[in-house]
Amino acid sequence: MADFTSGFWSIYIAVLTILGIAGCAILLWTQSKAKVAVKADGTVDTTGHQWDEDLAELNNPMPRWWMWLFYITIVFGIAYLLLYPGLGSFAGKLGWRSTGEYEAELKNADAKYGPIFAKYQHEDLKTVAADPQARAIGERLFLTYCAQCHGSDARGSKGFPNLTDRDWLHGGAPEQIEQTILHGQHGQMPPMAAALGSDKDVENVAHYVLSLSGSTYDPIKAVLGKPKFAACAACHGADGSGNQAIGSANLTDKVWLYGGSADTIMETIRKGRDNVMPAWQDFLGDAKVHVLAAYVWSLSNIPGASD
Amino acid sequence: MAKSPLRQVERDTMRSEPAPKVAVINMYAAREEIYPREADGRYARWRWACVWLTQLVFYGLPWLQWNGRQAVLFDLGARKFYIFGLVLWPQDFIYLATLLIICAYSLFLFTAVGGRLWCGYACPQTVYTEIFMWIERKIEGSRSARMRLDRQPWSAAKLGKKSAKHAAWGAVALWTGFTFVGYFTPVKTLLYETLTLGLGPWEWFWILFYGFATYGNAGWMREQVCKYMCPYARFQSSMFDKDTLIITYDRARGEPRGARSKHAPAQGLGDCIDCSMCVQVCPTGIDIRNGLQYECIGCAACIDACNSVMDKVGSPRGLIRYSTEHAMQNKLTPQQIRRRALRPRVLVYGAILLLIVGAFFGSLAMRTPVKLDVIRDRGSMGREVENGMIENVYRLQIMNTDEFPHRLRIAVSGIAGIALATPDDVSLAATESRAVPVRVRVPHGSAHPGSNRIEFELEALDGRPMKVEEKAVFIVPR
Repeated sequence: MADFTSGFWSIYIAVLTILGIAGCAILLWTQSKAKVAVKADGTVDTTGHQWDEDLAELNNPMPRWWMWLFYITIVFGIAYLLLYPGLGSFAGKLGWRSTGEYEAELKNADAKYGPIFAKYQHEDLKTVAADPQARAIGERLFLTYCAQCHGSDARGSKGFPNLTDRDWLHGGAPEQIEQTILHGQHGQMPPMAAALGSDKDVENVAHYVLSLSGSTYDPIKAVLGKPKFAACAACHGADGSGNQAIGSANLTDKVWLYGGSADTIMETIRKGRDNVMPAWQDFLGDAKVHVLAAYVWSLSNIPGASD
Repeated sequence: MAKSPLRQVERDTMRSEPAPKVAVINMYAAREEIYPREADGRYARWRWACVWLTQLVFYGLPWLQWNGRQAVLFDLGARKFYIFGLVLWPQDFIYLATLLIICAYSLFLFTAVGGRLWCGYACPQTVYTEIFMWIERKIEGSRSARMRLDRQPWSAAKLGKKSAKHAAWGAVALWTGFTFVGYFTPVKTLLYETLTLGLGPWEWFWILFYGFATYGNAGWMREQVCKYMCPYARFQSSMFDKDTLIITYDRARGEPRGARSKHAPAQGLGDCIDCSMCVQVCPTGIDIRNGLQYECIGCAACIDACNSVMDKVGSPRGLIRYSTEHAMQNKLTPQQIRRRALRPRVLVYGAILLLIVGAFFGSLAMRTPVKLDVIRDRGSMGREVENGMIENVYRLQIMNTDEFPHRLRIAVSGIAGIALATPDDVSLAATESRAVPVRVRVPHGSAHPGSNRIEFELEALDGRPMKVEEKAVFIVPR
């Protein structure tokens, strides 16, 4: 594959490479033919350097074995450039690619570890979750691929859901968790300020939302906000308990993805939220996701699993 | 170099008629085959003792078992190095570096005291050459028989002897290559794979390569390795001084040399009868009577040869002996030589060596088999949890380098009221490496906002008491 902007550069580099090799070969050949001039009086040309009174440096060619080593490097270089990529964008006769090596390594690893995952893939997710070995594998997978966002302890942080409680945005059944990991999720809440009206209305709705979960709230503002909540009910439901089918949050518990203070809730209402969980099917494959989903489910359903 | 190339040219040009205008001045000297005569005596026995010692260890070690595994095994694939009860991991690489430093200082010390002791007695090049020459002697006969054989035209007998020799050399070489690989692949598996021809490509390569190197170096290259290839031979002189024991010909006693009749008394001659035995036994083909030369590997074969000749002619032994330059100049007694051995150079080398050896074994003995790394979760700074506690999450990478399981207790300290919110005991299987997520909590207000120094500690709940500590930071959000 050529990464050059035009074919000229490939040829340019190939020509330079070939000229370089040819130049080295000519230099070697001429040097191996070099001879030292012997003058009529029997003395010879030296480099002019003299040490320890009588040690002079002749301008001889290098030892033959050494010259041969240089010639061998040229032969090696030409053979290498014919077989492997290196000469401009010429791919080489062997078709070697670094991605090929990566793929081969991946294939080896799959051959080695594949059977372990295949064993679990045909088991029910709850059965897999009950298997301590599967959970240990799941934990390693989690620490490698999931912990960056959800935390090493799976308790998440602002914007990244806690996976150890029983509150789920997109459903907490093992199969639903598996779907979420396989295909990812895109949680969106539009900015609602315009729909609600004034800043005052936003504040009132925020206090009404706080009242739903029994948090500390201002009763007057909450009463004023209640009618405005109709705009939110389309997604969050009339009672504010959310809808897992579309990933809208349950507002009646004390679990807050972005924070449960009045200020944060007002910010959420004003600006909306956009949250993405990436899809892992292509990267991890079905078998690994199966074990991972079982592990994530176990965190909130098997006592002690999330410690 | 004693001979000037200019003079060489002069001779060449004078010889050829008419004189050429240009010439290549050839400095290459073709190797002259050396046929070392067998030497017997005290030092030959020492040399053979070293051959036996080093080779019993080398060939024998892979076959020893320890706790149901090979006692010494360098498992490159698993990156674990088993040496009897010790399992070294890549993290213990420092021990290899220290071992190499110890080897270097031992070399310095031995060389300062006794010259090229390593070269003469323990170097694999010497040891395998010794073995190969023994085979050669057994098959082709003594020095004169070997020289005669090489001069003979090819015959069935000559072909038989030569092929027998090379077959025997090849067998030893292959066994050496096999043993070498046996340190990296369990030797019993390797034996089975060899017998069934089921070796992997790298095993084939290394057995053949190491075998070929042994065959080539000990059979063909021999002294050329020491003379032209070995760097140590070239820098040893920096460790020599006038009190270093070297193999020396006692010129004052030996000269003028000369052959003499058995019955007539030597007239004005020294003790050297010029029998050239010292030259014939020399594996590098030099004449020790010319003084210390860079080719001399210090094998002391000439001492043995000369001593037996001195015994025969009835002169005292030691015309060629271990002595020092000072001793030769000032006629020192052996006692004085020994006293001079304790000179600053030797004492400094010795002190450094002792220090490093002490540190090496001390640190090996105190080495904790459990290793701990603390990685703070970077995803979140810290979170507030129930009762106003502040929580940080860490991942403890715990590694059990022992070959048996460990139960450990995790403790954390550094802030008033700091505690783990996750279970504090963890079990690790033999040679297991595990990441353990832990949550740490501090009461609100007990630490200042920002980063606070804390320390994790692992304590063994079984076996020998052991503690591993590792620093970390706890972050309190502002």
